[in-house]
Amino acid sequence: MKQATETQGDGTVALNFRRSRNVKERLIGVLLFLCAATSTLVTVGVVAVLLGETIGFFSQVSIVEFLTGTRWEPMFQEKHFGVLPLLAGSFMVAAGAAVIALPVGLLTAIFLSEYAAPSLRKTLKPMLEILAGIPTVVYGYFALTFVTPLIRTVFPETDVFNALSASIVVGIMIIPTVSSLSEDALRAVPNVLREGAYGLGATKLEVSTRIVVPAALSGIVASFILAISRAIGETMAVTIAAGNLPNMTLNPLESIQTMTAYIVQASLGDTPRGTIVYQTLFAVAMTLFLITLVMNIVSQWILSRFREEYE
Amino acid sequence: MRKSMMYIGSVAAAGILAACGGGGDAGGVTGSIVVDGSSTVFPVSEAFAEEFQAENPASRVTVGLSGTGGGFQRFCAGETDFTGASRPITQGERDACAAAGIEFVALSVATDGLSVIVNSANDFVECLTVEELRGVWQPGSSVTTWRDVRAEWPADEIRLYGPGTDSGTFDYFTEVINGESGASRPDFQASEDDNILVQGVAGDRFALGYFGYAYYLENKDVLKLVAVDGGSGCVLPSDETIEDESYAPLARPLFIYVSTSSLQRPEILAFAEFILREGEAVIPATGYHALSASQYAEQLDAVREAAGVAG
Repeated sequence: MKQATETQGDGTVALNFRRSRNVKERLIGVLLFLCAATSTLVTVGVVAVLLGETIGFFSQVSIVEFLTGTRWEPMFQEKHFGVLPLLAGSFMVAAGAAVIALPVGLLTAIFLSEYAAPSLRKTLKPMLEILAGIPTVVYGYFALTFVTPLIRTVFPETDVFNALSASIVVGIMIIPTVSSLSEDALRAVPNVLREGAYGLGATKLEVSTRIVVPAALSGIVASFILAISRAIGETMAVTIAAGNLPNMTLNPLESIQTMTAYIVQASLGDTPRGTIVYQTLFAVAMTLFLITLVMNIVSQWILSRFREEYE
Repeated sequence: MRKSMMYIGSVAAAGILAACGGGGDAGGVTGSIVVDGSSTVFPVSEAFAEEFQAENPASRVTVGLSGTGGGFQRFCAGETDFTGASRPITQGERDACAAAGIEFVALSVATDGLSVIVNSANDFVECLTVEELRGVWQPGSSVTTWRDVRAEWPADEIRLYGPGTDSGTFDYFTEVINGESGASRPDFQASEDDNILVQGVAGDRFALGYFGYAYYLENKDVLKLVAVDGGSGCVLPSDETIEDESYAPLARPLFIYVSTSSLQRPEILAFAEFILREGEAVIPATGYHALSASQYAEQLDAVREAAGVAG
């Protein structure tokens, strides 16, 4: 190996690291590439496993029955594999959560970016992040022990386990997602636009709603979609609060079962490998994965297509 | 720098070793004991575990809650030492254990009066016949309201709560009421965790559920026991009616299975002997019915024999 230094002919010392530097640089490049590749490989692996078992499942159950059947009874003697009740449950919880989180999140973002003084913003933003940091299982128990009794004072016929209390807490849970991503989008709008509007005599409200929000719309919509896909994938809160009864209903006061709660129920129990119940786990997980994948792709597309670049 | 690191390292290692070694001096049995299985038997296993650990502070008894079926799965895979069951082991489970080379001893520890429960505010149900129960719970049942059961009852919807398909209670109830183990209507709130069922029934005026007597006893203030008429009059479960077998057909034995290979370890043998010696004293506090002293003594001999210890 060459020496690190070399005394030149005129007495100066030259650092002789070009060769070892190249090797080191290459090595680090390879290492970083491997790290990035790991996450890709893991995703590919997950998809491969899901696909394998799902194909096994559909060799025994017709895909038409799965997608259109309205009875989900895979564990009883007379089995039915219609996934619609689970989809309805997940959809109801996600829709209810969206109704709460999207307006509140967006308005919070507008307040934080357009109206709030910098000092207020500095205190308010971390507090919002705390909401995101509360463990979801705590939200679940909060829903069961606090929100449900509250709902029952207004609607006494509500079930103990119902979709409404789960959607309320999931909504609260995803407010920080909506607000922080929307706020980033709003703040990215250059001040030139605001100043121009003020110069034309617009009020603060007009500037915020007619200029800034439309300019940041792609980022805002992307944050909405991300928050909704998070609500669909939410597991612990719905497992605790929403119930274990696959129910083809749009009434939020009834017990339902979401796809995620079914996966918890089936995997905690007695499901030997290779049985049809074991395969339903993968089929439902695949459905969930595809839904969130599609939503993520749509949000990326919206971001790239409708993004307005001003600078 | 190197020398001080070595110093710190050796001090830390010595400290860790000292901490590890200290456990054995506290007296009694040492070692870890893994118990899993039925949620009905869980209060029993937990009571024994507490008492045992109080007498043997160096031991660690962990009690899981996978359900009878899930418990047997783990037991026959060699993962647990003891498994609680609210029904006898099935042939399929026997085969699985035999295939894995697991031999076991079945200990009958208590008798349970499987209880039919309604909400404490329910003032019209006092007694249900086995035929009425079958009408409600059988597969394909069209009973949806209380009026469908008896004409003079209100036309409110019955909310059903019951153990999930992994539960021994489910197997036992469906076998004696519906005639076949596992045959049940599918549209009820299912959970292997009886506490969830308690919450459900306690929260719903028109709810109907079934689970082990111990869970009723713990929640007497919000639940109401229903007498069952097995053909010879309405009988409520209690120590007397279980003892003289008049609470039929829902009085059932509770088992704890222990693997013979685990019995070779002193702490497992100690725990098994503890269960049988203290059964008469501990069981009544859990709400179940203890067996007679002679029944426990007989099993003690069988356990000692299986462990290869002179009786």
